[in-house]
Amino acid sequence: MAPEIETMPIWVDFAGGLQTLFSNKPNHMISLPIFNPSDFSPANVGFLISHLVKNHLKHPQTEFFVQEDGHLTPGILVLINDVDWELEGEEEYELKPGDNVIFVSTMHGG
Amino acid sequence: MQLNSTEDSRPNGVAIATNGEHNGFSRRLTDEEFDRYSRQMIVPGMGREAQLRLINSKVLIIGGGGLGCPAAQYVAGAGVGTIGIIDGDVVEPSNLHRQVGHATSRIGMKKVDSLITHLRDLNPLPTYTPYTYPISPENAADIISQYDLVLDCTDNPATRYLISDVCVLLCKPLVSAASIQKSGQLIVLNCPPTPQGKVDKKYPPCYRCCFRKPPPANTQLSCGEAGIMGPVVGLMGVAQAGEAIKILASALHLPSSIPSNPEDDPHNLIQPTLLIYSYDLTAAPGPFTFRALKMAPRKKNCFACGENSPQTLTLEGVKSGNPNYIQFCGIQTPKIVLPEQDRITASAYHAARQNGQLQNHILLDTREKEHFSFGSIDGAVNVPFGKLLMKAATIKRHGGDAEEILPVEISEDQKDVPPIFVVCRRGLDSQEAVEKLKELGVDRGGKRKIVDIIGGMKAWKEEVDPSFPFI
Ligand SMILES: [Zn+2]
Repeated sequence: MAPEIETMPIWVDFAGGLQTLFSNKPNHMISLPIFNPSDFSPANVGFLISHLVKNHLKHPQTEFFVQEDGHLTPGILVLINDVDWELEGEEEYELKPGDNVIFVSTMHGG
Repeated sequence: MQLNSTEDSRPNGVAIATNGEHNGFSRRLTDEEFDRYSRQMIVPGMGREAQLRLINSKVLIIGGGGLGCPAAQYVAGAGVGTIGIIDGDVVEPSNLHRQVGHATSRIGMKKVDSLITHLRDLNPLPTYTPYTYPISPENAADIISQYDLVLDCTDNPATRYLISDVCVLLCKPLVSAASIQKSGQLIVLNCPPTPQGKVDKKYPPCYRCCFRKPPPANTQLSCGEAGIMGPVVGLMGVAQAGEAIKILASALHLPSSIPSNPEDDPHNLIQPTLLIYSYDLTAAPGPFTFRALKMAPRKKNCFACGENSPQTLTLEGVKSGNPNYIQFCGIQTPKIVLPEQDRITASAYHAARQNGQLQNHILLDTREKEHFSFGSIDGAVNVPFGKLLMKAATIKRHGGDAEEILPVEISEDQKDVPPIFVVCRRGLDSQEAVEKLKELGVDRGGKRKIVDIIGGMKAWKEEVDPSFPFI
């Protein structure tokens, strides 16, 4: 029997059109493993992004969300608990249960 | 207006704005002004002084479209004394569902002239200044320097970076909004206006601080391609006017309004709010309809306003093509171009059908179903591009019969392999679809022809059927 992986709830929201990549749902409750299984480091936003791509990104045009190097596509803002992720350490921010992460694609139309 | 060196032009631009403020303050409101603005002047926090500030202010609205129309209406209605509007486009019928400052009777007129016609009728008191050409790196500083505050109502990333850069260099506050399909965003930048390079305390960010890099060109969508709901973009334009009026009425547009300790700023524009509006045609208003997101203050390493920015961004530089905004934002180029034998013009396809060379073939139309619903070529079957890619990805990952992508029954008879023609809106997706289908082996090792119709339904309308309802 595989050992149970401990997870924590993370609230993930998509806006500015990104929701169309994630089953057209703007709000998701993600059960995120508390450790990154590849190196047992605590789950951070970088790990959340790869988890989302692997498990929740259903759309074939993945380049709207991540680049080939696995990093987020430029032009997407990330807010952790409503605060710009650049204030929180970007991908390195270690997630806590109940954190809210918002991905917003920049709009240009008018 | 003459722009000297970078150093000189900044205080210059500011001086123009403050002169007006001093001259206009001693006078009384005219009877007409008193009548016209009475309902807003009695609002707590407004009063005579705030109204005079509006009357003595100069606002530049860049873009006379879906954002610019409602923004201009409220800016003019509120009595801002000088209103400049810049846009090179003309009014088209497809604008009118959202660009409510224009009119059916003014189709074909320059948007700037059309909008000013409307605004004069609404409020004849302001001075309206038309600029009937697009803003560019060459003209941006000359125009922006004559105003107190700028509204970015444009529709593309290259122009947005240009406007923000010049606003930083000339020390102007910027109210920026954008909207696409069913979403809108709004943010106030560089307010109170803070000189470039000033980072010793917390100061307000510029557009580049918030959006350091534009999205890749292949992920940028325009309203023409993705569509836009009128009330969504309208709401953002109205909110822009609201922010502009607030800033001018409380004199936050003056550089002197930078508080000595900006971190205590009660207006909290040092960490401005990014307002996101998400509109869902199928859901009731929910808690996520509006979101207010707190942005970071000015960034030390910002290219336009940060510590070393005076070395990276100057007015002379902008004017002479440095930075190159078009290159920075990526030029929209087709991702692939198919070899000639895999392509056919709309007219040649039509001719082949007419003279019986194409008895048995499949015509795939990869436009969205909303587009398809308005009309298609006889016999076309609709497989929206996104769905096609999704099916292709599933087959690649899990295997399966690639021909199931085709919505028509194909006989097992090896002799009967009808060719496939693919058409989309403008001829880009269809090329990618042809390539995908071949990759999956739908061409049966070259036995079946899969052909792209060059230029899509747009070309069909131009070359074959002028009455086709192209959207
Ligand atoms: Zn900046």
